[in-house]
Amino acid sequence: MAVHKRSYRAYAGALTPAWSRFTIITCYAFKNLFRSRVLTAYFVCCFFYPLGCAVALYLNHNLSLLTTLNIRQVFAVDSDFFLHFLAVQSAFAFILTAIVGPGLVSPDLANNALPLYLCRPFSRAEYVVGKMAILLWLLSLITWIPGLILFGIEASLSGGAWAWANIGLARGVFIGSAIEILVFSLLSLAISAWIKRKLAAGAALLGVFFFGSGLAQVINAVLETKNGYLIDLGNLLTTVEGSLFGHPPTAGISASSAWIALVAACVFCIALMERKVRAYEIVVG
Amino acid sequence: MAAVIELDGLNVRFGQRDILKELRCSMSGRAIGLLGPNGAGKSTLINTLLGFYRPFAGTARVFAHDIRTGTREIRALTGYMPESDCFIASMTAVNFIRMMAELSGLPSGAALERAHEALFYVGLGEARYRRLGTYSLGMKQLAKLAQAIAHGPRLVVLDEPTNGLDPPARQRMIRLIREMRDTGEVSILISSHLLRDVEETCEEVLILKEGRQVHYANLEEERRANRRFLELETVGGDNGFADAVTALGCECALTSAHRIKMVLPESFAIRELYRIAGERNIQIRRMSYRRDSLEDIFLKAMESANGRP
Repeated sequence: MAVHKRSYRAYAGALTPAWSRFTIITCYAFKNLFRSRVLTAYFVCCFFYPLGCAVALYLNHNLSLLTTLNIRQVFAVDSDFFLHFLAVQSAFAFILTAIVGPGLVSPDLANNALPLYLCRPFSRAEYVVGKMAILLWLLSLITWIPGLILFGIEASLSGGAWAWANIGLARGVFIGSAIEILVFSLLSLAISAWIKRKLAAGAALLGVFFFGSGLAQVINAVLETKNGYLIDLGNLLTTVEGSLFGHPPTAGISASSAWIALVAACVFCIALMERKVRAYEIVVG
Repeated sequence: MAAVIELDGLNVRFGQRDILKELRCSMSGRAIGLLGPNGAGKSTLINTLLGFYRPFAGTARVFAHDIRTGTREIRALTGYMPESDCFIASMTAVNFIRMMAELSGLPSGAALERAHEALFYVGLGEARYRRLGTYSLGMKQLAKLAQAIAHGPRLVVLDEPTNGLDPPARQRMIRLIREMRDTGEVSILISSHLLRDVEETCEEVLILKEGRQVHYANLEEERRANRRFLELETVGGDNGFADAVTALGCECALTSAHRIKMVLPESFAIRELYRIAGERNIQIRRMSYRRDSLEDIFLKAMESANGRP
């Protein structure tokens, strides 16, 4: 099929490994995403707080400055510090998900492009993983990666003994971020798969969090219970993250209940995608 | 010739409704036509072969790969041009086709090269950097064809490839299909409800109606067989013409005093007819082979299907 010959010719060259093909979707989506200046600017803003924390950690150990100010230590680098860091970055991560997530699957559905992806040696699972990898990367870059860098900075300033004694903080930052990223990604992909309009999908994602929180309060007030919090995703994440840093639950539901509710939410999102991410929908009737 | 597609009692059911019923045939032509009225199950058959729908009973094989177990292998060997509009409007044609070729397993460089080649091949070379959303309907059809062939598959599945095309664009599409067929490097499965498209491009045809297989024909063999049926119109009386021809092994039937229908034996030379006519002082005014068009075959198949209990 050479340009000058203009005739059909089969391809006989080497093929890429099958396991790597989901990354193609991720690469093309990345190229497309950062064409938006707004998104790029927002993404840069997401690094301001970790940068500020890094500077604060350095100053915290700058003896000459502390002596000048006659302060022994500005703040303690403990579970509260990392939990607060995670809470701030979670807010950034959620907004980033609301910007990026709705545009992942919905354009393919709106353009009927799924048959073209899935008629190739490329499964539905690979398609979802490829799309999800975009959020996994972006959210990782602003949550656990800077979190672990901060832990590393503190460890280098305080010494190996501190790092060893507080290894649980690093684990908490990583697992807490991973859960958050998973929940945000699955939720936004599921919504994106069901709502073809990008704007509406973004609004729905915000709605799930804020409406869920409001509904939880209503259920708790009407039924005089605390179980309403089980549908409040924000609260569930806070409870689980708190438990990872050894904090007692504050919302009235146990950490184990929050874990189970989050797992159920993830399974529900996967079921929603399983139903919708298909080349063609089967009409039974 | 090895079978391209084998249907082995294939049955597809959605809910309680049978969409494809007991399809059974082996197709090995370079270009295979799927014919049938709307709702006959043509697209369902294609989607089942590509693994989008699971068979309820029976199975099918594409290049000997079973659709129940070898979906990935089948998809690796196949290029698919869907019936409906399928593309990503915000992407340029070359980027879109490159991505699709990469998803089929081509390395990035080779995919880009073949995306350019495919777009030139289908006649979109000059428009390859335009966004797909700005393409006309005819251009979109050609872009769909380009993405189906960019990775150099062994089987190209075209679902209603001439839908919505004006006559010149349709001619161009038919020419491309024939060119690809004649290279011998690719087999083509064309689903269409337009008899002319199938007749102009296909060697074999499977006719479906209401999910049933009502006829399977090798058009080349049908055309060859048709050459054995002859109709003559003569002037000058019979003078034992029919008897003489029958003596040479032909089967004759007089439909009127001057019209004879005959079935010629395999090795019969037409010049024998002229010799016999000359000897008997008979003029042959008209001689025509029976030519069953695809339309005749299709209508007969539909009629026989209607008579089915």
